[in-house]
Amino acid sequence: MDTMLTRRRAIQIGATATGGLALGIAFSGGESDAARGKEGGKIGLYVRIEPDSRVTIGAPSAEMGQGINTALPMMVAEELDVDWAQVAIEQMPLMIKKSDDGQSYTWVHFPQGAGGSNSIISGWPLLREAGARARRLLVMAAAARWKVPAGECITSAGVISHTKSKRTLRYGDVAAEAATLTDPAEAPKLKSRNDYRILGKPTRNAQSLAIVTGREEFGVDAEMPGMLHAVIARAPAFDVQIQAVDDAAARAVKGVKHVVRLDGPKADEPYTTVIAAGVAVVADTLWAAMKGREALKVTWSTSPWANETTEGSRAEAVRMMRGRGQIVNNEGDFDGAIKKAARVVEHVYEVPYVSHATLEPQNCIAHVHANGIDIVAPTQTPGRASRVANAITGVDRGKIAVKMTRLGGGFGRRLEVDYVAEAVLISREVKAPVRVFWTREDDLAHDFYRPDGRHHMILGVDEAGKVIAWKHRLASAGKNNRREGVKPEEIWQADFYEMDFPGKLVPNFQREYFLLPSGAPRRSWRAPGHTANAFAIHSFLDEAARELGKDPLAFQLEILGTEDRDIPWESDGAVFNPARLAGVLKLAAERAGWGAPVPAGRGRGIAGHFTFSSYCAHVVEVSVVNGKLTVERVVTAIDCGFAVNPLGVRAQVEGGINDALSVALAQEITVKNGAVVERNFDTYRMMRIDGSPKAIDVHIVDSPRDPTGVGEPPVPPFAPALCNAIFAATGKRIRRLPIGDQLSL
Amino acid sequence: MKLSVNGVSRDYHGDPDMPLLWFLREDLKLKGAKPGCLIAQCGACTVHVNGEAMRSCSLPMSTLADARVETVEALSKDGLHPVQRAWIEEDVAQCGYCQTGQIMAVVALLKANPKPTDTDIDEALSNLCRCGTYNRIRKAVHRAAVLMAEGK
Repeated sequence: MDTMLTRRRAIQIGATATGGLALGIAFSGGESDAARGKEGGKIGLYVRIEPDSRVTIGAPSAEMGQGINTALPMMVAEELDVDWAQVAIEQMPLMIKKSDDGQSYTWVHFPQGAGGSNSIISGWPLLREAGARARRLLVMAAAARWKVPAGECITSAGVISHTKSKRTLRYGDVAAEAATLTDPAEAPKLKSRNDYRILGKPTRNAQSLAIVTGREEFGVDAEMPGMLHAVIARAPAFDVQIQAVDDAAARAVKGVKHVVRLDGPKADEPYTTVIAAGVAVVADTLWAAMKGREALKVTWSTSPWANETTEGSRAEAVRMMRGRGQIVNNEGDFDGAIKKAARVVEHVYEVPYVSHATLEPQNCIAHVHANGIDIVAPTQTPGRASRVANAITGVDRGKIAVKMTRLGGGFGRRLEVDYVAEAVLISREVKAPVRVFWTREDDLAHDFYRPDGRHHMILGVDEAGKVIAWKHRLASAGKNNRREGVKPEEIWQADFYEMDFPGKLVPNFQREYFLLPSGAPRRSWRAPGHTANAFAIHSFLDEAARELGKDPLAFQLEILGTEDRDIPWESDGAVFNPARLAGVLKLAAERAGWGAPVPAGRGRGIAGHFTFSSYCAHVVEVSVVNGKLTVERVVTAIDCGFAVNPLGVRAQVEGGINDALSVALAQEITVKNGAVVERNFDTYRMMRIDGSPKAIDVHIVDSPRDPTGVGEPPVPPFAPALCNAIFAATGKRIRRLPIGDQLSL
Repeated sequence: MKLSVNGVSRDYHGDPDMPLLWFLREDLKLKGAKPGCLIAQCGACTVHVNGEAMRSCSLPMSTLADARVETVEALSKDGLHPVQRAWIEEDVAQCGYCQTGQIMAVVALLKANPKPTDTDIDEALSNLCRCGTYNRIRKAVHRAAVLMAEGK
C-alpha cells in the first residue's frame, strides 16, 4: 500500500466546466482516451466541487449489493470534511493508463476489480488520502485569499473558518482558486477516529431513492443509440460444437437482422472468450431476437462429456479417494501421529455444484467502431472486460471505454467476462452497437459453477483429549479449471486456503487434493472454497467434539488457544489471528446464551470461520417439527476491524445468512448426459421470505484495527452452524448439502 | 388494441404473444420492472394490472386489451409513497434489482391487508431477493403499514 502511494503520489487538479475544483490522483497522461475525453467538466477521479458548493464523489468500485458505493465515498467525504447529506455519488468508469514501460496497462489509481472482499481494504488508505488532499487544497486557497497561515484555518461540513478574524468561506467559494494550486507532495494529516462524523456512523445505502423509484440504472436498463438486441442459442451440453445452422426460419422472423456464429472452446481448452459455442440471433428488438432464436435450427456435435452425471461424479470421487492424492499442505508427521492417537474420528461431507444465479441475468452492450470500443456492462472486473475486448479485436486498451452500471448481484459470476466477449464478437460482426441478453435458462445452464466436492476429515487426539493430528482430504472439480495460463499447482491449491481451520494450530497436519474430471465450467462463488470447506470443517468439529464428550465451542476454543498473535497468510499478505476467531465465537455464544437450555424440539449450533481478512461466527437456533425446519434465531458476531458503515455491515451479515441458508436448504446444480439439468427457479429453488430466519442479532466487534471486507465472511460459517443446530434439535447429522428432504424421513 | 399505462392511453399493434414486460421496458422505456426468470417465478417484473400485483413477464399483450397498468414509476413523483419511504428508512436494498418488484407486491398486499402480521407477509410475498434482504423487507412492510395508517 505504501509503495502504491509513493509511486502514484502525483495529484491531478483540474477545473470543472463551471469553474469548480475537480481533483483526482495521478490523473495525468496515459489514461485511456475514453476517460480523458470525459474529463472536461466531469468528475476528477474522486472529488468535484462546484462554485455553488455542490460536492460529487466518484465511486470507483463495482456496486453489486455489497454497499461499496456508499462505504468508499464515505471515506473521501470524511477526510474532505463535508456534510454527507449534501454529497452526490457518481459511478466511475474503468480508469487505466499505460504502465511505466509502455507495454501494458495499469490502474490509474484504484484497483477497480471487486472480489475477495477487498475493496474496503484497498480504499482505506487511498480514498481517505484523496479526500484529505482535496480539503488541504481548499484550505490553502481560502488562506491565500485571507492572507493568513493555512494552519490557522479549520473546516467543518464544507465550510472553512478563520477563527481569529471570524471569517468563513464555503468550499465552493474557493473551488476555482483551489483548482489552480499545486498539491503539496507530503501526505496530508488524516483525522483521528475520535473526530469522525461520517465513518463508523450507521449510513443508509446512498442509492436507495433511485432504487425504490426504479431510476437506478442496471446493466439491462442501459441503452446505446442504434442498439440491436442479441440472444444466443448456446451449446446444449458441455463443450459441444456447432455442426450446421439452418437459420432460414429465424431470419424470416420480423425484425431479425443477422445470425452470427460463435465458436466455443474445445474440451480442455481454456475459457478465453465465450463460455460455449453459440448461434446469436440479432434483431432490432429483444422480442424479435427471442422469437428468432426459437425458430433457429442448430445441429450440434456430441458432447465429450455425454456420460457425465452427478451420481457418476460422486462415485468417481469415492473411487479416487481410495488412492493417494496431491499433498497440498504438510506439517509435522500426520501418518506417525495418527498411528499413536488414543482416538481417531473421521467423517465425510459432500457439497454440490451451485450456481451464482444473479437475479439480473448476464448482459452487456458493446459497440466496436472505427475509433475504438464502447462497452457498458454490469461487471465486477471492468479491467478484464477491457482485456477480453482487446484480445478479440486487437484494439488498443486505451481506446476501449468501459462504463460500469450497478450490478443486479455479482457473487463472483461477474468476475468472468464471457458475456462481454459475446457482445464484442457480435458487434464486430454486425458493425452496430449490440446488447447481448441472457435468459434465466441461459444463465443456469452456462454458469461458472461453485465446484462440488467430497471432504474426508480425519482427526486424532492423545490420551488427554488434545488434537494432535488433523487431515482434510478433498476431491473436487476445482475452481481454477481451464483458466488461461494456470499452473498445475494453482489448480490443486485453489480449493484449499492455507488458513482454513486448523492450519498452523495442530502440530501434525495434512491437506490432500484430488481433481475430479468434469465438463461443467467452474470458478469463484462468493467466498469460493470457504463455503465448502467451512461446512466440512465446522460440521466435523461439532461431530468430533460430541463423540469425544466435549462441548463443541470449548473444543474449538481449546484448539485455537489463547495466544493473541497475527499469523501471516503467505499467499496474499493477510494475517490470521486465532484470538480474534476465538473472540467472535465467544461473543456470539455469550449473546446467544450458549449452554443454556433450549425449548423442546429446538437446538443450537455454532460455527466461526476466518474468511479472507474478517472473522465471523454464528449461533443458529432451529426448530424441526414434522420435518419442517424453521430458523428461529441467528446470533452473529463479526470482527472486520473498524466498521466503516455499521449499517452496511449488518446488511451484509443478514444477506449473507439468507444466501447461505438458501443454498443449504435446496440449491443444487445436477448434471445429466453432460449438461446441467436445472434451468430456472422452478427447479433451482431459491429461498423466499417465508424461509428466512425469524430473528437475526448482529454484534460488531469494536476493533482498533483497520477495516476489512464483509461481503463474503458471513456466508461460510452459516451452513455448518445451521446443520450443527439441526443435529442438536433432532439427532440427524447432515453430511451432504443441500438439506433437501433429509429431515422429512 | 388500447391499454392504459400509468394513466396514459397507449396503442399496441405488435405481436400479441409479447409479454407486457417488454412493452413496458423496451417500447415505453419504463425500466422499473426487471426481467429475472421470465416464467413468473421471481417477481422482479411485478406491476399492477387492474389494481392487482401481477408478473408482467408472463402476461401476453393479447390479454391486456383495455387493461389499467401501473408501474413503480407511477407510485409517486418523488419516491415518497409510504412503502418507498419505509424501504429507504429500513435501508432494505442491497443490489436493489428485485426491490421495485417487491415494493409493487407490498403496495398490493397493504391494500388488501393494511396491518399484516409476519405470517401474513410470509404467506403473501413470494418475490425472490437474491441478496437476502428479507428480514428488512418484513420490517419495512410493518413500517409502511404504520405510515399508511397514520396517513403520512
